[in-house]
Amino acid sequence: MAFSIDKIRQDFPLLLQAVKGRPVCYLDNAATAQKPQVVIDALTRFYTEQNANVHRGAYYLSQSATDAYEAARRRIAHFLNAASPSEIVFTRNATEAINLVAAAWGRTFLKAGDEIILSSLEHHANIVPWQLLAKEKDLIIKVIPLLASGDLDFEAYTQLFTAKTRFVAITAVSNTLGTVVPLESFISYAHANEVLVLVDACQAVPHFKVDIALWQPDFLVFTGHKLFGPNGIGVLYGRAALLSSMPPYQGGGGMIERVAFEETTFRAIPERFEAGTPAIADAIGLAVAIDYLAAQDTALLEQHEAALLRHGLMRLQAVPSLRILGNPTHQVPIVSFVMEGVHPHDLATYLDSVAICVRAGHHCTQPLMRCLGVQSTVRASFAFYNTFEEVDHLADTLLAAYQFFK
Amino acid sequence: MSDDLNELYQAIILDHSKHPHNARVIAPCTHSAEGYNPLCGDEVTVYCTIEGGRVADVSCMGQGCAISKASASLMTLQLKGKTLDEAAIELDWVTGMLTGGVVPGRSAEAVGDLVALAGVRQFPARIKCATLAWHAFEAALKGDQVTSTE
Repeated sequence: MAFSIDKIRQDFPLLLQAVKGRPVCYLDNAATAQKPQVVIDALTRFYTEQNANVHRGAYYLSQSATDAYEAARRRIAHFLNAASPSEIVFTRNATEAINLVAAAWGRTFLKAGDEIILSSLEHHANIVPWQLLAKEKDLIIKVIPLLASGDLDFEAYTQLFTAKTRFVAITAVSNTLGTVVPLESFISYAHANEVLVLVDACQAVPHFKVDIALWQPDFLVFTGHKLFGPNGIGVLYGRAALLSSMPPYQGGGGMIERVAFEETTFRAIPERFEAGTPAIADAIGLAVAIDYLAAQDTALLEQHEAALLRHGLMRLQAVPSLRILGNPTHQVPIVSFVMEGVHPHDLATYLDSVAICVRAGHHCTQPLMRCLGVQSTVRASFAFYNTFEEVDHLADTLLAAYQFFK
Repeated sequence: MSDDLNELYQAIILDHSKHPHNARVIAPCTHSAEGYNPLCGDEVTVYCTIEGGRVADVSCMGQGCAISKASASLMTLQLKGKTLDEAAIELDWVTGMLTGGVVPGRSAEAVGDLVALAGVRQFPARIKCATLAWHAFEAALKGDQVTSTE
């Protein structure tokens, strides 16, 4: 299959829009990705033809919605190469998935003095739930330090382990620096020490194959909207034995077996963790996004992304006073940079004036910002539908911004 | 280059951001407060000395974008020597003008260089950058230690 960027861009209606009379140059994919038409159509089709609540009605429509929702779960289990669809819990987003694990697993199985290891690269979503838990349960949080390259210090990681270490929560890819963490080593070291691992795969799944059987994480989370799917749908993968050992996260309809005021019993996994009406259409839309990706030649998409990154780094390095943060061993096309004497927000506003969408700020990674010695950065994050022309547009505009602000 | 952008980053804004006035610590001072914008992590500390109902001295220190630095610098020039009542009018004018609230009627002469902040109105995402120092000044007078734009 030949790779045609034009053809792919036709699949994403937002990419064909104009902002203030200019073609949109969308380089904020790490914040959220654009949606292919098939995903948008799937939402419309569900609400037009299939809408009914799941796991409730005896009527045809409800059964049809239930079938589609459960097919989406199977699709996601297959996508992650999980052992069983029962290991896939639908959540609102990755943040909720992490909070679920912290609350249901952490509150049950951790006790005062136990230690949790986080990394310097974590998004606030994989820090704050653990801090809340640590405060409640009197746990100790340790942090894997960062190397100057923007990689995690594996040697230092191994030194953090003690007899009290119970859990590692770690990202697969930095949302700020694009660092790809060599997770197999990090996870196998933890497992050798009988420590469980949760992986934040939000920034990994849009860029490369994530294989549960290969990494063997105990928990893994990602969000749908960064994977070209709808908002409001996230995924928690948990090993079946672990999920089964956990009490519910929220109580309500859909997660119970039998309710009485004396005692209520709960359903098996995954329904135990899906209280209330789930985001049915969004789960189905996410499965359609995954189908869309599966229909592409992923090797070609990855080659294109790698070429975009190489070209982007080369062009950005040539911009005066611009400093790229980190130089990780393996990197997805996410690049953070600062321009000496120009605040990231001013740069982002300047870029916005020619319809270039980038993120400026701390990217929900304030501890990482502190490690890097900056308050904020500009981040350009690419997807397979971005073009070399867009990279050039970014670099040319940064050159103009340098002239403007200097 | 769009007109809006030129309006936002007019020469006076760029000049104040590169060479901010009163970027120093006043110690001892009678009032101070830190302003913080959690969206971008920008922070500014406002120091002032109030004597006999007047702003005898005012300064700002911090890290921020061109808009927040210029706004802070302009604020210190505008407020120095003003009575507290006059300072309150300045505050009302700037915040009202930026957020679309009620703006006290004033002559162009009274507004002075603050008019340069008007360009920020076209950039809703940047309004909090411009109001940061002003809110910190207000918080300092009220005796709050830290104020947030949220």
